[in-house]
Amino acid sequence: MTVTGWLQIILYCAIIVALTKPLGWYMTRVFNGEKTFLSPVLRPIEAGIYWISGVDDKREQHWLTYTVAMLLFHVGGFLIVYGVMRLQAVLPFNPAGQGAVAEDLSFNTAISFITNTNWQNYGGESTISYLVQMLGLTHQNFLSAATGIALAMALIRGFSRASMRTVGNFWVDVTRCTLYVLLPICIVYTLFLVWQGMPQTLGDYVEATTLEGAKQTIAIGPVASQVAIKMLGTNGGGFFNANAAHPFENPTALSNFVQMISIFALGAALTNVFGRMVGNQRQGWAILAVMGVLFVAGVAITYWAEAGGTSMLHALGLTGGNMEGKEVRFGIVASSLFAVITTAASCGAVNAMHDSFTALGGMIPLINIELGEIIVGGVGAGMYGMLLFVILAIFIAGLMVGRTPEYVGKKIEAREVKMAMLAILVLPLMILGWTAVGVVYPAAVASMANAGPHGFTEVLYAYTSGAGNNGSAFAGLGGNTFFYNLTLASAMFVGRFFMIIPAMAIAGSLAEKKSIPPSMGTFPTTGGLFVGLVIGVILIMGGLTFFPALALGPIVEHLAMNAGNLF
Amino acid sequence: MLREIRPAMVLLVVLTAITGLAYPLAMTGIAGAIFPAKAQGSLIEKDGKVIGSALIGQEFKDDKYFHGRPSATLAPDPNDSTKSIPAPYNAANSGGSNLGPTSKALADRLKQDVDKLKAENPNAPVPVDLVTTSASGLDPDISPEAAHFQVPRVAKARNMSEDQLNQLVASNTLGRLVGLLGEPRVNVLALNLALDRAAAK
Repeated sequence: MTVTGWLQIILYCAIIVALTKPLGWYMTRVFNGEKTFLSPVLRPIEAGIYWISGVDDKREQHWLTYTVAMLLFHVGGFLIVYGVMRLQAVLPFNPAGQGAVAEDLSFNTAISFITNTNWQNYGGESTISYLVQMLGLTHQNFLSAATGIALAMALIRGFSRASMRTVGNFWVDVTRCTLYVLLPICIVYTLFLVWQGMPQTLGDYVEATTLEGAKQTIAIGPVASQVAIKMLGTNGGGFFNANAAHPFENPTALSNFVQMISIFALGAALTNVFGRMVGNQRQGWAILAVMGVLFVAGVAITYWAEAGGTSMLHALGLTGGNMEGKEVRFGIVASSLFAVITTAASCGAVNAMHDSFTALGGMIPLINIELGEIIVGGVGAGMYGMLLFVILAIFIAGLMVGRTPEYVGKKIEAREVKMAMLAILVLPLMILGWTAVGVVYPAAVASMANAGPHGFTEVLYAYTSGAGNNGSAFAGLGGNTFFYNLTLASAMFVGRFFMIIPAMAIAGSLAEKKSIPPSMGTFPTTGGLFVGLVIGVILIMGGLTFFPALALGPIVEHLAMNAGNLF
Repeated sequence: MLREIRPAMVLLVVLTAITGLAYPLAMTGIAGAIFPAKAQGSLIEKDGKVIGSALIGQEFKDDKYFHGRPSATLAPDPNDSTKSIPAPYNAANSGGSNLGPTSKALADRLKQDVDKLKAENPNAPVPVDLVTTSASGLDPDISPEAAHFQVPRVAKARNMSEDQLNQLVASNTLGRLVGLLGEPRVNVLALNLALDRAAAK
């Protein structure tokens, strides 16, 4: 670890905190339907979209209608992605002549993109055409991100409103999020990325003759426009197989730094939106503090582990940290920081290969996802995930003092706690259940790339990433098989929607409740005690659930590595 | 609920057209107009022929060139399309080795490469980036230490002085951005092009 390394980390955190308030202010205006500086341009387009699609933007929806609208929207999104992948051979923008994508891989990828997971069983440059990259993947990057934010807004409205039956209008939330938040940022961002060296072209792959006379086919394409939304929307599915480690997908140290900022920017801002909507920004800062403590702890451990290197490197006299699977332009610190950010949020882009991390360095990304990706989290998904833990923490605090718990003026009662528990239990069910199958079913065992405990971690990571809708991988695992395509798709689907439905039920039930003013007996939720309590609940829940699995994977591998065992 | 079906279909089509076609195509047009060379992949031409991209690493094996990092990229086996064979710096199929910290395969390969480099230059410690594979398999850079490490070999092959080569490496070393972001590095292709020019003088 170096001083320069820590300065990079501190600078990163400072920029995120500085962006939270202005972005939160802007997003609050957007979702309250107020005027913004972009309204003169965008309002006519927005009105036109509502007119043509028959949306009445004044009419709000009950939580059930809101949820059904969201699900219908995803059925269509699924069909589009699946359709263009299956038909890409006969569709335009396919200069590399990619053939139709297999049924199971198309199914997996379509589920993966509508759930904001963006797991890469597809090979990017080696499998899919430019049209699929744009019409299939880029479009779902926008819409799954907009959906996540819309759902978080619905839950936030549940807290901020009183005695109302509605939680907003899904169509309006998705449209406004896309038009006012995601698109304008992406347009500027794309140009920045091209300036840094990212290709943006529909031209053929380049045939080069290298300096030594060998042939090299260089894959290019409309990369920058996709990468912009891939990072901003915490999607993470790469244009190229190597994702953000590919020099075209992340050309410079600056492009890397800005990509890391864009992963956290909207998620962090949503804490401020929450504070503003419930009438006290300190409520938002308290939640950001919970996220911040867990984040910095994770960065410190991963950075320490990667900078320390592995025993096989030490045995050969190699110093300078674990550089296997990392790029020189990022080095140890920017690779470690990126890995923690991408898994804390549900982004899943990678600028280094997590599979080649040290045992403990690779365990932190795993834990980040298993805790529910509530450390900033996916855009929207992180916010509603965190609020579920807050409900649980408040409930436990209420039990301790024997009072009905309340949070930002809402009584937290049996229904909310039951729904929160249902949503939280989805992750262990999918992760541990499928991992148990994956490590004994022969066809699945054959997909492991590494032997020993590392192979187990590959499988555990795959289902963790799928159920958590993250999308990063211990990429050695050969996931493009019938078994993994289908089981991972099921983990992604259940992990996304079976968490959303209980969260929306909470939104609906909270919106109907009266708001009660704080009294002497109200537990203050803006101070250090609250922050500590929520962190405690998150770590205890995560620890109780996943420690046994982690002990079989990264922990035993760490001990084996120090004992000099190889597999 | 039935009245949600029309928005579900029409809005999806409209937003798909905006985000999946209009946006990427418009950005392609604008980016191509403002940054034409970069939008095409930062290609380098020599005598009218494309010799590579400034951002993409390429394989160097000859003693008279500086070498990049090992690459773990693969290509389909021409004899059996269900299998893959090693194809270093395959820029149409990026990827890393994905070997973990207790992998015997990785330990064996590292030992082989370290022994080879030690024989080549016994006077300096082997730089870690010169024996580890990159995440993309297309890393265009090596550390300044890794470049200086190779100077004796290149000097011998080219019959040039080590001082001259060390200077060449130094002038091709890029520092951290504003002294903070990223790591010091040397672009191998740029260095070798500069080397060819220096040797021609």
